[in-house]
Amino acid sequence: MLSDKDRIFTNLYGFQDPGLKGAMARGAWDGTKQILERGIDAIIDEMKKSGLRGRGGAGFPTGLKWSFMPKEVKERPHYLVVNADESEPGTCKDRDILRNDPHTLVEGCLIASFAMRANVCYVYVRGEFIREREALQRAVDEAYEAKLIGKDNIHGYPFDLYVHHGAGAYICGEETALLESLEGKKGQPRLKPPFPANSGVWGCPTTVNNVESIAVAPTILRRGPEWFAGIGRPNNTGTKVFCVSGHVNKPCNVEEEMGISLRELIEKHAGGVRGGWDNLLAVIPGGASVPLLPKSICDDVLMDFDSLKNVQSGLGTAAVIVMDKSCDVVQAIARLAYFYKHESCGQCTPCREGTGWMWRVMTRMQRGDARPEEIDLLLEVTKEIEGHTICALGDAAAWPIQGLIRHFRPELERRMAAHKVAAE
Amino acid sequence: MSVRRLTEQQPASFAFSTQSKIEVDKWIAKFPAGRQASAVIAALWIGQEQEGWVSKPMIEEVGRILSMPYIRVLEVATFYTMFNLEPVGDHLVQVCTTTPCWLRGSDDVVAACKKHIAPTQHTVSKDGKFSWMEVECLGACVNAPMMQIGKDFYEDLDGPATEKLLEAFRRGETPKPGPQNYGRVSSEPQGGALTLTDPQLNKGGYSKKSPEAAS
Repeated sequence: MLSDKDRIFTNLYGFQDPGLKGAMARGAWDGTKQILERGIDAIIDEMKKSGLRGRGGAGFPTGLKWSFMPKEVKERPHYLVVNADESEPGTCKDRDILRNDPHTLVEGCLIASFAMRANVCYVYVRGEFIREREALQRAVDEAYEAKLIGKDNIHGYPFDLYVHHGAGAYICGEETALLESLEGKKGQPRLKPPFPANSGVWGCPTTVNNVESIAVAPTILRRGPEWFAGIGRPNNTGTKVFCVSGHVNKPCNVEEEMGISLRELIEKHAGGVRGGWDNLLAVIPGGASVPLLPKSICDDVLMDFDSLKNVQSGLGTAAVIVMDKSCDVVQAIARLAYFYKHESCGQCTPCREGTGWMWRVMTRMQRGDARPEEIDLLLEVTKEIEGHTICALGDAAAWPIQGLIRHFRPELERRMAAHKVAAE
Repeated sequence: MSVRRLTEQQPASFAFSTQSKIEVDKWIAKFPAGRQASAVIAALWIGQEQEGWVSKPMIEEVGRILSMPYIRVLEVATFYTMFNLEPVGDHLVQVCTTTPCWLRGSDDVVAACKKHIAPTQHTVSKDGKFSWMEVECLGACVNAPMMQIGKDFYEDLDGPATEKLLEAFRRGETPKPGPQNYGRVSSEPQGGALTLTDPQLNKGGYSKKSPEAAS
């Protein structure tokens, strides 16, 4: 188990003061000026060496992303935009950072903006997180007050931080949809290229990072990239906030080592599966968008990007949704199909029409009111949606259903047979 | 996608209160000159805070203030699902029913709302105090099932706890937000946190570099 001394979010549960005084007592804002004095190249180099991969779901190396920004600021200013539109079902980690450890984020925003030659940063908080937005705003106000940020601050780098918010749209967690929304439009994703580093918000060079990716940066730079890279496994380094929900005895958030085994995570931190490990049916290991895993894989799989990719799933946001044997797994996935139908932005036909179609078929399959050959038809439709849309919402809608068919086809067929018998 | 339209019965006019206008101006100031359209979500939200819902005259007024065509503001109002396009009860109850909440019994929370508010969602209760709706994941999954009432999250619910909360709101009280069961403070495991127990974490932590801070 990760030791407390290696944890970054030391007020994850909000037992201590989230304010500036409490945050400084936990080590925030310590030596920030010295970090900036190392210079942009050194900071990006250290971020690369730490091996940090983006914590928003895709796992793109953070240091590399920062390095994509233009090397000099021309007529278009640079922007950092922090994605706090946490909406992936199962995920509630950024919420705890925003409300309980907001200074880790504020300090991270300053350092990351410096490294990208940005003097302005927007944090886009999902609309429903009203109290969390207020908590973040309090931290921002404190930081201005203490001259830690602002046009004239003690760090000698002019920097403004603005808290922005959405109004209920999952799609705005997609980086280009978020930028559209920040510009005051519907949150419909943009075609890439151009990538945001060249043309982001208002056509200016922009980097969009997840809350957790930015909030871990100050600690990484204080303790050194070797420290962070020494935790976890190669290419999957560091610590990660995991959210364990569903059929466990004690659902919780916990910061753990990347590559912890799924079983250890559930049994040590979340009080085990309801009714014991053998009562486990399946786990969605990385938020609603990734395919589920049956118990046989859960027995020994490790929780990191590469391990989960190897079993045709993904780490995503590290939101672990546990289902025990009492669970109607088809209904669980059908409900996710409804979620994607509801949240599709409507821009691309395969997603707009396909998510509704998949949901309707899933609803029938839940009852068993379908023919066995429709399983392959459904699978084919998921493949027609996957990869054929501007953003990854189409993929995200397809994968949970593909996972269900991959691992629970006999259950689908059993229902159809039972339904047929009942009908006759 | 969700199809959302303006309701038929619209008020004759809308005006931001003096306080609301000050708030809107603060938002406009967050963005570079000429980029005032970025404040559209905030402006509609401030209008909704004032009136309870978003009306056609409000959309027109926001368009005037932000120099945006009516259609652009209408698109935003209908795209983002937190904008109520028809009147709601004084207390808007939003029940999360997405899979993580459903696994832990959001059906019971919905049943309690049907019993105490109205049999169907989007219907204002007879006393005008409540309306409820099912919503997608609100991002408090380790405290499932949960609902949002007004600005606050009420977590770790079951049927009886939901009924108790709604009764308290009906009496005019404001129950304490957060977990309602299992004695939890926030997202720690039930029975107390197993991590973050090292007292040194709050006495400088382990990442200190400067010597004066380490003492």
